[in-house]
Amino acid sequence: MSSIPTLLILLAGLFVLLQFAPGDTVDALMAQMGGGDPATAAELRRFYGLEGSAAVRLLDYLWRLVRLDLGFSAIYNKPVATVILERLPATLLLMFSALSFAFFAGMLLGIVSAQRVNGWADTLISLLGLVFYATPSFWLGLMSIVVFSIWLAWLPPGGFQEIGAGLTGIWLVLDIARHLVQPTITLSLIFLAIYLRIMRASMLEVSTLDFVRTARAKGLRQGEIIRRHVLRNALLPMITLIGLQAGTMLGGSVVIESVFSLPGIGRLAYESVVQRDLNTLLGIVFVSAIMVICVNFVVDLIYARLDPRITAGAS
Amino acid sequence: MKALRHFLFSPAAVLGLLLLIGIVGLAIFADLLYPRDPLALAGRPLQWPSLGGRFLLGTDASGRDIAAQIAHGARTTLLMGMVSTLIAIAIGIVVGALAGFYGGMTDDALMRMTEAFQTLPNFILLLVLVVVVGSNMTAVTIAIGAVSWPAVARLTRAEFLTLRNREFVQACRTLGLTNRWIIFREVLPNALAPIIVYGSVVMATAILLESALAFLDLSDPNIASWGNLIGQGRKVLRSEWYVSAIPGVAILLTILSVSLVGQGLNDALNPRLRGR
Repeated sequence: MSSIPTLLILLAGLFVLLQFAPGDTVDALMAQMGGGDPATAAELRRFYGLEGSAAVRLLDYLWRLVRLDLGFSAIYNKPVATVILERLPATLLLMFSALSFAFFAGMLLGIVSAQRVNGWADTLISLLGLVFYATPSFWLGLMSIVVFSIWLAWLPPGGFQEIGAGLTGIWLVLDIARHLVQPTITLSLIFLAIYLRIMRASMLEVSTLDFVRTARAKGLRQGEIIRRHVLRNALLPMITLIGLQAGTMLGGSVVIESVFSLPGIGRLAYESVVQRDLNTLLGIVFVSAIMVICVNFVVDLIYARLDPRITAGAS
Repeated sequence: MKALRHFLFSPAAVLGLLLLIGIVGLAIFADLLYPRDPLALAGRPLQWPSLGGRFLLGTDASGRDIAAQIAHGARTTLLMGMVSTLIAIAIGIVVGALAGFYGGMTDDALMRMTEAFQTLPNFILLLVLVVVVGSNMTAVTIAIGAVSWPAVARLTRAEFLTLRNREFVQACRTLGLTNRWIIFREVLPNALAPIIVYGSVVMATAILLESALAFLDLSDPNIASWGNLIGQGRKVLRSEWYVSAIPGVAILLTILSVSLVGQGLNDALNPRLRGR
């Protein structure tokens, strides 16, 4: 939370930086219209507030940012905030499902791996983790489309829902879920690899601590020790990682959303780069920063809940 | 030397090293193996890979030799990955060293900045930079370096925090050495091992960032690049899936080798973590 002022300064910096970008929205618009005379360009610039000195526009921009007004998108002909809000649900859903899948699958595999250190299961899982970590998600997405959408025809190759099917209620939910299976898994595998490695190391670390030996000496069964004593402590680094990875995952969704043509803000970011829609691009940077800050806030709450010492120390 | 022996006794690390040497060799000898321009027309488009044929790995939709693009692409990938990693490590070391060594206000200011950078998703930040500086090879390399430093800065800071009050630093102070000398000649060498190991993670991420950018057609279009080839293959994915599949395997093997070597170095240099 304390980094919000810095963030505003950084956004202002980006705004200034974007002033140096070759070509602006109007250039892109003119190109789309198939060219035009300079008078039209000047008129368009005035209309979209692109004239005036950089300093004036910076002050104007910061003032609008404080009021949460993200400006106007010339390409979509709507306020940037509206454009982003329309695209937000798909991204949020994708992030949530990918994060949950990576977290729980990574946790389970990490536990199994730590139970059988250096056994064949451990080696196999570690190997799997290494390969997942090294696989570019967008390539995995394409290969998954080849196998599951083209050869087997089990899953739709892209999109957020069946267009024109007019589904409602539970069928709509199932349809969206079916569309999200491939993007979720391809986006989450690299994070799964990281979670798995951290969980394994953290389990091994905690298992050597004194209270675990005490629990064992008390005669608790192995399952009991893991569930009640080791797991809760071993989860702390995993929770920290969620906060650290939130931004990376949002970045990863840019490519995944492009591969699976999902209407999310990741693909919007890509489109606004291609179309030089700088207002929208900056708006996305702002919104994604807010999202990361929110995730970190929730992570802090969960953290305090798992480890009571943290709140006790803070108050 | 003990560290080296430990490294060489780990089969995974040696495998990674061999793989990396192979890829580096491919990059170095790309001009000898495939002297022609890899982006020039080589033959009939969309020929399947064949062992005995003229094109070992086939041709893409524009009739360019895929094997030649893979060899020249190795050069692009390794060069961009290495240079952007060096840039990220240099920025990270300076920021982290200053923050950790001086503490107080300097530390607060620098760490606020680092946090703010970490709050922005690095790929989206990279997109913004690419819009500004354009997408030639140099600009993209610098941009990748400029978004990858925060984790290095944090690591360096943590190392400096534990080192700055050790006896040898106090001894340097009593000797009247300048702060610059102490930071770069005395403390930094002691902090360098974990930073170098972490360099493998930074490089893996840098390669992924570059290939993702090239896949989206936002990187330099005038050089052979694995990511770009995957993007080209997307148009013929339905039938000629090998165009996308082959460069992806190349990226996978490169990142795998880099992280295996990194892990081997980590085990060799950090005895405390051995066996994990």
